[in-house]
Amino acid sequence: MRLNRSGYLIREGFRSIGTHSFMSFATVTIIMACLIIMGSVTLLSLNIDRLIKSLENQNEVVAFVDETYTEDSARALQGSIEGIDNISSVEFITRGQAFDNFMENYSSDLSEGLDDQVLRDRYVIHLTDIARMAETKSALESIEGIAKVKAHLDYAKTFITIRNVVSVVSLALIAMLVFVSIFIMSNTIKLATFGRREEIAIMKMVGASNGFIRLPFVVEGLVLGILGGGLGFLAEWGIYELLTKKVVNSVAGSFLAVIPFEQIALPMFIAYMGIGVIIGAFGGVNAIRNYLDV
Amino acid sequence: MVEMNNVSMVYESSGTEALDRVSFSIEEGEFVFLVGPSGSGKTTLMKLITGEVRPKSGKIIVNDFDMRKIKRRKLPKVRRTLGVIFQDYRLIENMNVYDNVAFAMRVVGARRREIRERVPYVLELVGLDGREKRMPNELSGGEQQRVAIARALVNNPRMIVADEPTGNLDPARSLELMLLFEKINDMGTTIVVVTHEKELVNALGKRVIAIDNGRVISDGKGGYFNYEIE
Ligand SMILES: Nc1ncnc2c1ncn2[C@@H]1O[C@H](COP(=O)(O)OP(=O)(O)OP(=O)(O)O)[C@@H](O)[C@H]1O
Ligand SMILES: [Mg+2]
Repeated sequence: MRLNRSGYLIREGFRSIGTHSFMSFATVTIIMACLIIMGSVTLLSLNIDRLIKSLENQNEVVAFVDETYTEDSARALQGSIEGIDNISSVEFITRGQAFDNFMENYSSDLSEGLDDQVLRDRYVIHLTDIARMAETKSALESIEGIAKVKAHLDYAKTFITIRNVVSVVSLALIAMLVFVSIFIMSNTIKLATFGRREEIAIMKMVGASNGFIRLPFVVEGLVLGILGGGLGFLAEWGIYELLTKKVVNSVAGSFLAVIPFEQIALPMFIAYMGIGVIIGAFGGVNAIRNYLDV
Repeated sequence: MVEMNNVSMVYESSGTEALDRVSFSIEEGEFVFLVGPSGSGKTTLMKLITGEVRPKSGKIIVNDFDMRKIKRRKLPKVRRTLGVIFQDYRLIENMNVYDNVAFAMRVVGARRREIRERVPYVLELVGLDGREKRMPNELSGGEQQRVAIARALVNNPRMIVADEPTGNLDPARSLELMLLFEKINDMGTTIVVVTHEKELVNALGKRVIAIDNGRVISDGKGGYFNYEIE
């Protein structure tokens, strides 16, 4: 495309925004708001995901060996435990070591007079996926020589439910908001097409291509979309920093480690701009569609 | 160049049969008047030529394009070979005379240099030199129509189609305009003019195609009198 032509088209796109600045402003604001909602649910589910990951690391399953087993025969169970899938690590702890840990953690007068024979040999096990904890627990229980398995099932279940709900809700919300944004964008640009319907009619009459007729409106959509995306990104950044600082400074903060924004800034920025561009392009194309049918 | 063969056209929305098996052909370089009473289908014929509507049946060739089979995105190609003029001028109100004409070149991607050379030339041809900076509302009806003619001419079309171009003008302006069309025709451009101006048509002695009720009722040199059956 020749320079004077693309220059003309880009000028037309900007000029058009100026002629209905209030609606353009409203559109940018709505796109911003939609993107902030999308970004917030995404950040929420990312953080829940991360929490689940850290629970997966902390949350150990302890399998106790039958008291009647000798240490050697207890150690021999390691192979069958490792044979179960979904197990990421297995550590054998003798009753003696367990007793020492216990003594360390509790005051000595409580444990006075206890001897290490009251505790059992045990395996401390980490899982790959805590969603499958129940299944893995029963697999462990069915191994001969394992007397009892201790696992924090409800803990894991709750977080996984929250994550699934958040994912489903955020996907539905994002789809809906993108749709709404395109609708609003397309209506704003329709104002522009209406204001210039004679020009469009003449362009068609003298044989301007559909792409050429469409382009100023698509440019307008892109400018608005990119503006909404950029501003939405900055706003989201500010909101996230503010909220996470609060959380980190609170009591819960000591155990909730949130993802620092810098770590996800680039993919977030790309997503915001991408969605802005998509909303702008579709809005522009949709707004002019009726005019190009003849 | 237009070739119509048994063309019928029905408006789906109203169910009106606007044209009924129309056949005629217009050669390169001809000057043709299209006459007929109101509602006879003249504008519909023009729209078939520009591809705004499609026929129900029959064959239409316009400047070598088959208008029945043409894809929608190819329509601009046909339209670049046509210059279209309407009764109500259809100028862009917030552009001056020069820009109204230059606009038609810009939107089909003409070079700046071509535009600078061509626009003054056509403005002079239609007798509007010196009026470049005027806005449409600062011009008489006849002048506005000449801007529209300049705009139709500026991309050097093979054929000009005008739907009642003198409908809003007094007889003297109408004659001027017809003489302008004749001048353009002498330079090689095919001209098709829809009109109700009986005296003018008779005076100019061009080919006249008369239609009534969607059918061609006469076609030949001579004048409006062929069609005095009203
Ligand atoms: N868009 C439309 N939808 C439905 N019917 C239409 C449409 N345009 C025209 N018609 C009908 O088609 C017939 C032919 O109309 P057309 O406009 O071609 O007539 P015309 O010869 O140009 O008349 P006039 O001299 O008044 O301009 C008329 O009966 C008219 O009512
Ligand atoms: Mg008509």
